[in-house]
Amino acid sequence: MTSLPTHTEKTLGLVIDLDTCVGCHACVTACKGWNTENYGAPLADTDAYGAEPVGSFLNRIHSYEVQPENDAPAQLFHFPKSCLHCADAPCVTVCPTGASYKRVEDGIVLVNESDCIGCGLCAWACPYGAREMDPVEKVMKKCTLCVDRIYNENMPEEDRQPACVRTCPAGARHFGDLSDPDSDVSRLVAERGGFDLMPEQGTGPVNKYLPPRPKDEIPEFDILSPYLAPVAEEPQGFLRWLDKTLERVS
Amino acid sequence: MPQPKLDTSPKVSDEIRKTTCYMCACRCGINVHMKEGKVAYIEGNKDHPVNQGVLCAKGSAGIMQHLSPARLRAPMKRVGPRGSGEFEEITWEEALETAVSWLKPLRETDPTKLAFFTGRDQSQSFTSFWAQGYGTPNYAAHGGFCSVNMAAAGIYTMGGAFWEFGQPDWDRTKLFMLFGVAEDHDSNPIKMGLGKLKERGARVIGVNPIRTGYNAIADDWVGITPGTDGLFILSLVHCLMKAGRIDLDYLARLTDAPCLVNAEEGSDAFGLILRDEAGKALVIDGRTGKPAAFDGEGVEPDLSGSWRHAGFTHRPVLHHMAERYLTDEYAPETVASKVGIDATRIRAIAADIARVAFDEAIELDREWTDFRGVTHKKMIGRPVAFHAMRGISAHSNGFQTCRALHLLQIILGSVEVPGGFRFKPPYPKPATAHPKPHANAQPGKPLDGPHLGFVHGPDDLLIDDDNNPKRIDKAFSWENPMSSHGMMHMVISNAHAGDPYKIDTLMLYMANMAWNSSMNTSSVMQMLTDTDDSGEYVIPRIIYSDAYSSEMVAYADLILPDTTYLERHDCISLLDRPICEAGAAADAIRWPVVEPDRDVRGFQSVLCDLGGRLGLPGFTNEDGSTKYANYADYIQNHERKPGIGPLAGWRGDGEDHGRGKPNPDQIEKYKENGSFWISHIPEEAEFYKPWNMAYQDWAVKTGIFDAPTPYIFSLWCEPLRKFQLAAEGKHRRQPPERLKAQYAETMDPLPIWYPPFSDTDQRFTVHALTQRPMAMYHSWGSQNAWLRQIHGRNPLYVPTKIWDANGFTEGDWARVTSPHGEITVPVMHMAALNENTVWTWNAIGKRKGAWALDKDAPEATKGFLLNHIIHELLPAKGDGLRWSNSDPITGQAAWFDLRVKIEKVAAPKESLPAHPAQKSPVPEAPQTVKQKVGS
Repeated sequence: MTSLPTHTEKTLGLVIDLDTCVGCHACVTACKGWNTENYGAPLADTDAYGAEPVGSFLNRIHSYEVQPENDAPAQLFHFPKSCLHCADAPCVTVCPTGASYKRVEDGIVLVNESDCIGCGLCAWACPYGAREMDPVEKVMKKCTLCVDRIYNENMPEEDRQPACVRTCPAGARHFGDLSDPDSDVSRLVAERGGFDLMPEQGTGPVNKYLPPRPKDEIPEFDILSPYLAPVAEEPQGFLRWLDKTLERVS
Repeated sequence: MPQPKLDTSPKVSDEIRKTTCYMCACRCGINVHMKEGKVAYIEGNKDHPVNQGVLCAKGSAGIMQHLSPARLRAPMKRVGPRGSGEFEEITWEEALETAVSWLKPLRETDPTKLAFFTGRDQSQSFTSFWAQGYGTPNYAAHGGFCSVNMAAAGIYTMGGAFWEFGQPDWDRTKLFMLFGVAEDHDSNPIKMGLGKLKERGARVIGVNPIRTGYNAIADDWVGITPGTDGLFILSLVHCLMKAGRIDLDYLARLTDAPCLVNAEEGSDAFGLILRDEAGKALVIDGRTGKPAAFDGEGVEPDLSGSWRHAGFTHRPVLHHMAERYLTDEYAPETVASKVGIDATRIRAIAADIARVAFDEAIELDREWTDFRGVTHKKMIGRPVAFHAMRGISAHSNGFQTCRALHLLQIILGSVEVPGGFRFKPPYPKPATAHPKPHANAQPGKPLDGPHLGFVHGPDDLLIDDDNNPKRIDKAFSWENPMSSHGMMHMVISNAHAGDPYKIDTLMLYMANMAWNSSMNTSSVMQMLTDTDDSGEYVIPRIIYSDAYSSEMVAYADLILPDTTYLERHDCISLLDRPICEAGAAADAIRWPVVEPDRDVRGFQSVLCDLGGRLGLPGFTNEDGSTKYANYADYIQNHERKPGIGPLAGWRGDGEDHGRGKPNPDQIEKYKENGSFWISHIPEEAEFYKPWNMAYQDWAVKTGIFDAPTPYIFSLWCEPLRKFQLAAEGKHRRQPPERLKAQYAETMDPLPIWYPPFSDTDQRFTVHALTQRPMAMYHSWGSQNAWLRQIHGRNPLYVPTKIWDANGFTEGDWARVTSPHGEITVPVMHMAALNENTVWTWNAIGKRKGAWALDKDAPEATKGFLLNHIIHELLPAKGDGLRWSNSDPITGQAAWFDLRVKIEKVAAPKESLPAHPAQKSPVPEAPQTVKQKVGS
């Protein structure tokens, strides 16, 4: 069993805007591209061109349909999911070798692959299904919050953010320190009512989701709406209106 | 336990090579990180105007395309029967000499015997130049089956359309309305734009039968009945005009709304615009009450003034519009059941548009001077913007529907103003500033002019004295007179039928015509393999260039293997389809960030070589030697006009931009700048571009025009009226009798709506559509080990009503029948869908043996194409004739007109029709991928 730090100096995490995410999967492959080339073993794909391809991904998009209770049309939501870097991460405490750990300096949950025996207990313990066993190396893979990017002095400062955040075309992903109430991400959470995923699990997820704004609420106007009151009922009337209006203009 | 020591600053790469993505048509800038001379990681280029650092799922997975096991390795000649996939690798010398031995005699005797068509070609100004030098009239790219309705309707109406032609003013728009599937064109810029709108709380309305992607995040979703967008839009026009909520000042000054149209039915010029001797459209000048050329200095066009000339009454276009659109035909209550939207909702949307356009108008304190010499103190913005692409285009009423959308934008005064829709250079450019099409071929001679262009009446058609089409695809003939992009989807069936004539060699580039790029796929495969009485193939020779083992490869006789996008030179040219922004002209290159490790060559370089061997003008020096060593040489040294070449940046000694002599270091300059060049439009020229003299002067300086070309928008499409007049017997050329009624019905000079042609068969009540997923592009994605894990399957998505009526449950299959045929496919329930519409992802289904996929890959066993049940001809009508399944005006393939019926069937072993496997011309793909270059 592995212990969690009692306190972390920062609480780095993601804030994901469900009102803006179009479900394009850009974050999925940007993550795969960076992390197969960098931290730990490559993110392998078995049966890559065959009947049942199985690859490890650290971030996936799920889509859900929701049927509102009123008569409103069904809605579709795109839901990106990766490790939430929980304060009370059960994947760490369950680890028999200490390979899973939460960093004191920033709260990032990592797997030290050289100590990972691939027992899979952590994936079982994670209520979010956010860990994936690499199908080739048989070590546990998970979001590193691009720990090898965010402090990387070999990178321009503007690039020191997770690959998924840097690439997101719609700007639906935000990265920062959620323990700092003045950070951009904390402000977003406060302004937009950011919420925890499955708080009842008691894991204290760091990543937050911003809820979709209400939809299909265009106000309805009746036929005599002041906004579109007719100037005429038929073409000749319109032309008379046109003449009058043009006289006023000139 | 102490924390492991972690290197948080690993070396990222040895070097970054910046080039342009080609994972779709978006053309984003990419940073290719190199390690040990190999491609290690790809990310977006933050300095690039298109994507500003972001990159989509396709772009970020580009490394797997570059390393795809489906890459062709060497030139090949067919050794088995067509379609078998049996090839033998040959040398380039043998391949090129084979091509020359076929092409040279054809050129010397009858160049029309070569049909050269390109698909996802981003070098059309080059490939068309080659075809023009060869002398065949039979050249086009894939626009005819893509979105020509959008492009042509936009250019005829206002001098440009969406995507490459222009974009919403994302920074100022307050209401954005998106019509139809658009996820695949202008991919990242639209996502970035939507992000900006969301950030500041601007409203997004999505009009689409399917609520996925961008429509899923729209504030309001309008689940319209497919093919009725035009009716919905004209109902909005009705509401806005009826309430007087239109921009009269804009219409009077900047459009043809005040232009005088002959209103005397029976007159030979009925419906034509009154012009002066110089051909300039006339308006009533408010200062004098008399007609004056629309562009005269200080002229104040009067929207209300009529004029009698030569005994005929002439009335302004706006009067004709009032008569057309204020009738109850377009009232929300009349159209509601057809479009599937409540009348009150249509009115509410119209009211919202009017409120934002007029009550939330923007004023910029920027002075500008118009083409009449009048200076305006402010720029007035109507912050409503629209976007649409193939969704509304790919119908048999698509041209008029696209025109309707432009009409809507224009009456709001929201085109080329702050907050509205903005053109990207080299647009705006009216149809009259484009070339006309040419098709006069002579043995051994180049064609008499560019193949494609814009016709302005029957005189411009490409037909002979007996009304026969001059082109193999019948573009610019009576059947589809304004087919500005050609009709690639008709080439194989016409060549097979020998109608209008037989050809000898079909040369295709990057076009998967034996699979997802053709209607009626099974029959097309048959046409490609059919033999005549002598046992020869009906289409005698097929040359194909592709980088990958696509389905089409198996049907060619000679394969010229192309490179991947990271191994090649390209130019994204101002002569072609550049990467400009609304506020800047820009172009870009690709360059080989790695050299190919196979015996492959960029197709454009191969054309330079073939051009030399064939002695084509433009590709040979005076002494007969080959002019361009390769495509890079052409890019740098070709001049279309003196001082104007494929690339605008760093010309001359490296200091000239736009115009200047060729520069031998030009490509190096591009590489140093991240593979793109950009020139910003001055602030006073950023809006009102068609009419703003500051923009016109800047465009001349930049080499876009040779002289200022201001113009007014054409709400009245006079070329359409000229075709109607011909059908009424008032032109020396007349369409065949069978087409006359159709001309009267569809070629109205004002935007109209008519039901899609396929709506007549009441047995087929369900609309069937395809969409392209944002993470896949055409068929390319399935060879990509990462992307195929995202989109490896394509069930038919079925709305609740049809799902319940058929008693479908998860895992069920359905037989889907159209008037043309049937397919049997897996189904899945989806509620957020128009209740009479089913859909699937486009081009996920693959033929066994193609793309280096295993034969039991889900793409080949459960995947499917709707193409099998879409015919290029409609079923015979009462007159026994079969009409083309396309827009009667442009020939745009009417993919989305498809109507089907659905029934539950027992699950077959695999999707039907199941085609036998092709033999793969590439080695078997690896079982496992472990992508890592560095140690």
